[in-house]
Amino acid sequence: MSVEPAPSPLLALLAGFISELRAAGLPVSLTENLDAMEAIGHIPIEDRDAFKYALAATLVKNHAHWRAFETVFEVYFSLRGAEYNLVDGEWPEGMDLSDFVDGMDGQQPRQGGGGGEAMSAEQLAEMLFQALIRGDDALMRAIARQAVQRYAGMEPGRPVGGTYYLYRTLRNLDLDGVLERLMDRARHDAPGDLTPLEERLERDEFEARIDQLRKEVEAEIRRRLVADRGVEAMAKTLRKPLPEDVDFMHASREEMMALRRAIYPLTRKLAVRLARKRRHGRKGPLDFRNTMRHSLSYGGVPAELKFRYPRPAKPEIMVVADVSGSVAAFARFTLHLVYAISNQFSKVRSFVFIDGLDEVTGFFEGVDDIGEAVHRVNAEADVVWVDGHSDYGHAFEVFWERYGRDVGPKTTVMILGDARNNYHASQAWILKEVEHRARKVFWLNPEPGAYWDTGDSIVSEYGVHCDGVFEVRNLRQLESFVENLV
Amino acid sequence: MSFSFADVDSVRDGLSTVHYLADEGIAGVVYLAERLQKPVLVEGPAGTGKTQLAKSVAEATGARLIRLQCYEGLDESKALYEWNYKKQLLRIQAERRGEAPEGEGMWQQIEDDLFSEEFLLTRPLLEAIRASEPVVLLIDEVDRVEIETEALLLEILSDYQVSIPELGTVAASQIPLVFLTSNNTRELSEALKRRCLFLHIDYPDLDREKQIVLAKVPGVGESLADQVARIVRSVRQIELKKAPSVSETLDWARTLVLLGVEHIDADTAAETVNILLKYRSDIEKALKEFAASDGDFAVSAAMP
Repeated sequence: MSVEPAPSPLLALLAGFISELRAAGLPVSLTENLDAMEAIGHIPIEDRDAFKYALAATLVKNHAHWRAFETVFEVYFSLRGAEYNLVDGEWPEGMDLSDFVDGMDGQQPRQGGGGGEAMSAEQLAEMLFQALIRGDDALMRAIARQAVQRYAGMEPGRPVGGTYYLYRTLRNLDLDGVLERLMDRARHDAPGDLTPLEERLERDEFEARIDQLRKEVEAEIRRRLVADRGVEAMAKTLRKPLPEDVDFMHASREEMMALRRAIYPLTRKLAVRLARKRRHGRKGPLDFRNTMRHSLSYGGVPAELKFRYPRPAKPEIMVVADVSGSVAAFARFTLHLVYAISNQFSKVRSFVFIDGLDEVTGFFEGVDDIGEAVHRVNAEADVVWVDGHSDYGHAFEVFWERYGRDVGPKTTVMILGDARNNYHASQAWILKEVEHRARKVFWLNPEPGAYWDTGDSIVSEYGVHCDGVFEVRNLRQLESFVENLV
Repeated sequence: MSFSFADVDSVRDGLSTVHYLADEGIAGVVYLAERLQKPVLVEGPAGTGKTQLAKSVAEATGARLIRLQCYEGLDESKALYEWNYKKQLLRIQAERRGEAPEGEGMWQQIEDDLFSEEFLLTRPLLEAIRASEPVVLLIDEVDRVEIETEALLLEILSDYQVSIPELGTVAASQIPLVFLTSNNTRELSEALKRRCLFLHIDYPDLDREKQIVLAKVPGVGESLADQVARIVRSVRQIELKKAPSVSETLDWARTLVLLGVEHIDADTAAETVNILLKYRSDIEKALKEFAASDGDFAVSAAMP
């Protein structure tokens, strides 16, 4: 019989870490878990970066999950590592503050421990400015620590994720103003005038440094929150959906950016997959005539069998999208996706509406930058009829009047929207007519199913005339719908 | 079992002697791959040095590089092994002509002969397994094979062995260091991913890119390398169809050196930007971005 060794604190921590990863949606299998344990045995445990890469290499097998991993990692291991000691107001050793406050007469900062607290806000701002000009990481970290302590006004025990503290700290640091000062300084220091190219490069450099500072501030706030509230509670608060699970309708600005980055590889993958599917289509029934014809070259023996390969017709697509505020993002992504795989369709036409309706097919023709085209649709399409509140009824009327005759037996009509009609007339009869003429009519609704038909949503009134109404709230659902469509 | 690398830093140093500048993450994963004896799945944008990593590791360790280029339709006979039919046929014919002993035993003997190593054509995977010297096996663009073919790789990746029905199982005499690269055109199967360490190689940061330019482009000056890296970083921040890869950065730096440029100004950048960016819409966008504040970095300069 073997004696169970007592679980070390590290193992316990890792177990918690991994279950949190799973809770965040990462598929971590048992083997991967074991691999991670083995991997960390091979690296010096005090090296935080190495530790992180060892865990990442064994546990995260999809780059899109990296952010989620990083967040959990920061929470679980934020208090570890020598340079991350949580000591208030102490400057890194060997740092001479007087370097940075030369320009200020009459004020002698105290040095060493506690020096930070004696500093005025102006001094801190000046140090920040100097640190950014030099790109001094250690100093920036120290300033971030100071700034959080001074400005965030953190209250122990409040169950928050820290966004508010971050906002308060950054507002006080006025980073936009600092950027402008840095740029003025760069212009001043340059021998001549800065060309636009140089100006742009300087700006990018400073922005990168400021971004670095912002991350330091964020990390500092997180460290303090973890110290206050404990690891599990913090991880739970910070848990964010993976990009493919982000809800279109409630995505934050940052999540939107992540979505936009995610959509390109997604469309590429989808296109490859669809093209393959088309090529490797199922074998059809035996083609008797063709087999006989080929048997002649074998003296009448049907040695080479020929099959009737199914050639699925490429559908013709009409996308009718609501682009009013609440569902605009959803419409954008769907348009993007549909056009990205438009070679899978014989023809794609698109229409956008709020209470008026406009055809936008032209924006996409001959353009190889779909993102740009979608942007132009947003800016230029004429979709407002009366007041700019969604009116599905009127939009459908216009559609029927102008383009109704183009709907034919090969056409698949996709309607995108939440069917929140602001209590206008529904004009559902139009959809019925469309359904008669079209091959298929699908309705994609970005709202969760539970909200359908509540308030002014009349999705089932339209839904009865559709071949299917689908809840499409995130990229994952959108991808699977489009794949089935082809 | 001896290892080529003592620790993570020695991986880094080893790679830098063959002009591959690995960052902490890359070196760490290579080190772990050797220690854990696990394959590495390398993913990332095109042209960031995924394939080069495998080549450089081979060069740094003095191992033989065996490469399997994946493509759609790749099968066992191209990846693992194949029986040499022609030679087998010749053998049978030779048998007929010669005066061979009659009887039961003879057939058995021929069969044993025919399916012996003499008639086996080894393909890259089997070769990597059978090699007696250290080997780096590079399975390039693994995402190009069909998902069914992926299963071919599983045995070799987890157990380092190949089963040949007629011969039995060939186990590796030494564990090869395996790198799989993927451009992520499709999701690889869970089974494959589970067996590998995962490494995502992204565009390098400013400093590393500068170092790469310095290491790879002969005759480039410190300040030019710095400018190149800076401009490339700015270009990558624009939303482009295809962001410039490291190899394109290097091409651009080489071009600038050939042109004798020491300081990149707006005009030089505009004239040579087509080396960095390959799509017309991207070029236009980049030029527009950089000309944002006023007109002297004009679009017309590069668009004849």
